[in-house]
Order: sequence, then structure tokens, then C-alpha cells
Amino acid sequence: MVALAPSSADAALHGLKVQVRNVSHAFDTNGEQLDVLDEVSFTVQPGAFISLLGPSGCGKSTLLRLIAGLDEPREGKIGANGVRIVGPDPSRLLVFQDPTLYPWRTVRQNVALGLEARGLIREQAHRVDEALDLVGLSAFADVFPNQLSGGMAQRAALARVLVNNPSLLLLDEPLGRLDSLTRMTMQAELLRLWQDAAFTSILVTHDVEEALLLSQQVIVFSHRPARVIGTVDIDLPYPRHRDDPRFVTLRRELLATMGLEHQL
Amino acid sequence: MNKPVQVQTDTATPTDFTLPVEGGVPADGLVARLREHVSVPVAGLLWLGAAAVSAAWPDQTAWSRTTLLAILQAGVGIGLVGSALFLARRPVFKVISEYGLWFGALAVLITAWEVLTAKTGILPLPFFPPPQSILEVYTDDVSRLLESIAHSMLLLLPGYLLGGLVGFTAGVSIGWSKSVHYWGYPILRFVGPLPATAWLPIAFFFFPSTFSAATFLIALSTAFPVAVLTSSGISTVTSAYYDIARTLGADTRFLITKVAIPAALPNVFVGLFMGLGSSFAVLIVAEMMGVKAGLGWYLQWAQGWAAYANLYGALIIMALLFSSLISLLFYVRDRMLVWQKGIVRW
Repeated sequence: MVALAPSSADAALHGLKVQVRNVSHAFDTNGEQLDVLDEVSFTVQPGAFISLLGPSGCGKSTLLRLIAGLDEPREGKIGANGVRIVGPDPSRLLVFQDPTLYPWRTVRQNVALGLEARGLIREQAHRVDEALDLVGLSAFADVFPNQLSGGMAQRAALARVLVNNPSLLLLDEPLGRLDSLTRMTMQAELLRLWQDAAFTSILVTHDVEEALLLSQQVIVFSHRPARVIGTVDIDLPYPRHRDDPRFVTLRRELLATMGLEHQL
Repeated sequence: MNKPVQVQTDTATPTDFTLPVEGGVPADGLVARLREHVSVPVAGLLWLGAAAVSAAWPDQTAWSRTTLLAILQAGVGIGLVGSALFLARRPVFKVISEYGLWFGALAVLITAWEVLTAKTGILPLPFFPPPQSILEVYTDDVSRLLESIAHSMLLLLPGYLLGGLVGFTAGVSIGWSKSVHYWGYPILRFVGPLPATAWLPIAFFFFPSTFSAATFLIALSTAFPVAVLTSSGISTVTSAYYDIARTLGADTRFLITKVAIPAALPNVFVGLFMGLGSSFAVLIVAEMMGVKAGLGWYLQWAQGWAAYANLYGALIIMALLFSSLISLLFYVRDRMLVWQKGIVRW
């Protein structure tokens, strides 16, 4: 197995610090304004793994797109290492719920996409194989995406971002469509990749257990328009276990923050 | 590295995905097996029978190519019987046997045609020429036919390629750029439905030669469907593909050439197929109306002389030619869109 990123010694240097300051955002649909984010503020430390937890459709994914630089917030500022984000950048990469691999490209060509777009493919072609190796897809390098299972496709999507050595990984419910077994496997995999490569991770999820298993801090959002209604630090060592008493306590705490105590 | 063991569970072996089915539809049961092995020799015997009918049964009025017809029929028959005897284990026989019933049916059909025309005269001349008279067209009028084929292709191919290129470029521009779409799309929707042949009188008037006018019309008839389908293909590319590429550092040029165009390519080919079909129509009409050469002109000329054998002969050539061109386009498409099948077949 080959590590793609610099060794974890310079982890603090490699991960991006993300600052979200008073961000509000809205969409115009049929002449009506649809508010999706309301005065959202938080900070993610370099190399941290945090989760944005909230009900489906509350606006978390929109926030992720803003951090990726795909859209600009109507109000407020978002910064990476103190620099305002004004557009997309290969240091901040998104993984969507759908793998959205290009069906006309083989797995290898999909993974090579970022290097190709930036004209680095000639010098750094070896990184493509390393990334495929990292997610365990070397045997499927020359296969087209429609021949892959859901889990394998999502691995390929991960390799497609990891090959670019990102300092911030934005995960938009990347495991949402997978069956529960594949999902557990991929959770462990994500954790391993993050621990090895030391990028900052922001995971959007509506799965309380997933947030608890993976992240160091959970930011809880309200229904749309999304506001931050609580922050819970997860002070558990990795790997975490669902039946750990502290895990159970934290889960109760999180559900209470979400206003779901009656679910217990 | 301390990788958890269960991580591997999702990583299956490379044999885990869909495998191609060898050699098409598998023969199932005795009937299919019988058909595969018996149809070819039986068809061969039928062709030999057809040859016997042609040679032994005297024509009502002597045709010069009856002997040649009998020789050719005998040749096909010997070939079929021979392939069943000597090539039965070769892959090529699989292909022959797949069409075994067709070979047999053709022998019966041609014999019936021969009997009803040359041998008994039940179907009257000049509208129902016998098979040997069409053979006569191919042996005696070969130079005129070859010249007509060459003329038609020299008119069709440049026009089609030009139209495909123009339509593709226009389609990409209209599908990609909002301002080009604003001006271009209404024109496409308004003028596009006009059949290219409707422009014929005007084109012959404006262009210096009938050849250039016809090339323009063939290009026009190809360009419209290609442009419409390309632009709709480009504009319906899912925005997630662009988001991915933009975050990975792609510029506009990359987005167009490496994302939009490959994503729209299946649509482009639908347009190219439609364009090819309408370009055939324009070609033949243009050759009948003004261009004094080509297969369309040959049809017109043959009709003028009431030479029905030449008409049928030319129609057969046109069918072969145009279906070959469509097959060629299918081949190109399958090569370029190999990812759609999910199975790599080189």
C-alpha cells in the first residue's frame, strides 16, 4: 500500500483550516426566495474530521458547495487558511452521494481526470496507479464505470479526488446510497484514508451513528433554513465501537440536540 | 499498514462483472441443432436445383445470360454444400449456418421468379424482367453503372462529411453558449423542419453548378438533425459532471472537449444516422432533378428507355451501397461508444 500524501509529520501543514463566518444563502425558485442557510458560523481546525449533521434537505449540501467554491454565498464569508474562497480549487475537493464517474472513461481515466485537467498527467501518471491501489481498485483500472458495483464506484470517486492530494475533503453523504455492509466497510476505509493522509474532512450526513463513528466534532443543524443549533465534541479514540457506553451517551446527547429525544 | 480485513469484502475478483456471451444467441435444443447443421446443405441442394431449372428448362424467348445464371446458381449451391462438408468445424460456418434458412428461401424465391418470367411468361415483360436480364445489366452495362456509383459517392460523401462537421460545430456552440443558443436555436427550429429537397429549385438557381448545389443540399439535410441532436445532447449534460471537473481544475476548453462533447456523443450519433438517411433521399432526388450523373440519374435514364431490368439492377446496387454505409456508421459508433455496451469488444 502506498501513501499518496506527505507523511503525517506535516499533517498540520497539509490540512486546510476552514472558517465559515455568518454565512446566509438562498435560492430563487419561481420568483420566490428559498432561504437555505441562516447565519452559519464555525471553524474547522487543520487536519480535523468534522461532521455536519441535520435533517435531509436542510441545506448542508449547499454549504458544502459554497466551501468547495462552486457557488458564492449571498451573505457572509468563507475562508481557507485565512484566504477568502472565491472559486473552486483542486485543494478542496468534493465527493458526492452519486459517484458521478464519467461513463465514457475507464476507471483509470476517471481517476486521472484532475491531473489531466491541470496538465500534470505526463509527469505524475504514477500517482493514478497509486491512488487506485490505495482504494483497492488496481484490478479494475481498465473497466468502465457501469461495470462497477456501487461500493466500487464510490471507491473510484474517492481515488479521483485523492490523486490530487487535496488538503480539504468535502464529503456529501458519500455513503448514503450504499447497502449497510458496504457502508460499514467504507466507513473504516474513509477513516483509514483520513488518518494516513491528514487532510481536513467535512462530512455531511443525516446518520447520527456515521457522524459518531468518524468525526472528532459534530455540528448539528436545524431544519431549513439551516442554523447551527449545537456542537458536540466526540472525545473517543479510533476505532470506535457502537456498543461503547460513551458512544451510547454521545448518541443520546446528539439526538437530544437534534430535538429527537422521543426517539430513544 | 493496519488495514482492516473487512475492507476487502467489497473488492471482488475481476471476473465478478458481466461477461460477454460468445457467438450470439446459443442454439437451444434439438430443433436448433438440426437447423444449424441441416439448413446449409439443404439450401445448397436448393441452389443446385435452381441451377438445374435455369439450365434445363428452355426460355420462352432466349436470354443471353441464362447459362451464366445457371453457373452462378450452381456455384452458390456447390459452395454451400462444400462448406457444410469441409468447413463445419470452422467459425465461419457458424455465420453461414445462421443464415442457412435465408439461403434456402432465396433459392426458392429466385427459382419462382425465373419460372414465372423467363420460363413461362406468366408475369409479363417489360415490367417483370427475369433474373438473367438483371445479370445482363451487370455484365453489359458495367461501365455506366460504375461511373454512376462513383458520381453518387463523390457527391454524397463530401456533402455528408461537410454537413456532419457543420452540424456538429453548430450543435456544440448552440448547446454550450447561451447567446449562440438565443440566436441559433430559433433558426434551427424554424428552418430545420423544411425538407432539404424543398430548397432544390432555389439551390439550383443560386449555385454555379448543379454539383455544388446538390453538395450544399446534402450537407444541409445532414447538418440539421446533427445540430439539433448535438445541441440537445450538450445542454442536457448533468451539471454534476461540470462541478466535478471544475473542482478538479478544468478550464472551459477542457469542459467542452473532455466533458460536454463525450457526454453528448451518443446523441451526436443519433443525429448522424438521421442525417445519413435524409442525405440518401436528397442525393437521389438531386440526381433525378438536375445532376446529370449518378445512380439517381441512372434510374431516370433507365425509366426513359423502359429498361426495367436496369432499374431493378440499380435499385439492388443502391440498397447494397446505402446499407453498407449505415453499417459503416454503426461500426464507427460502436468503436467510439464502446463504454455504452459495458463490454469491451475490440
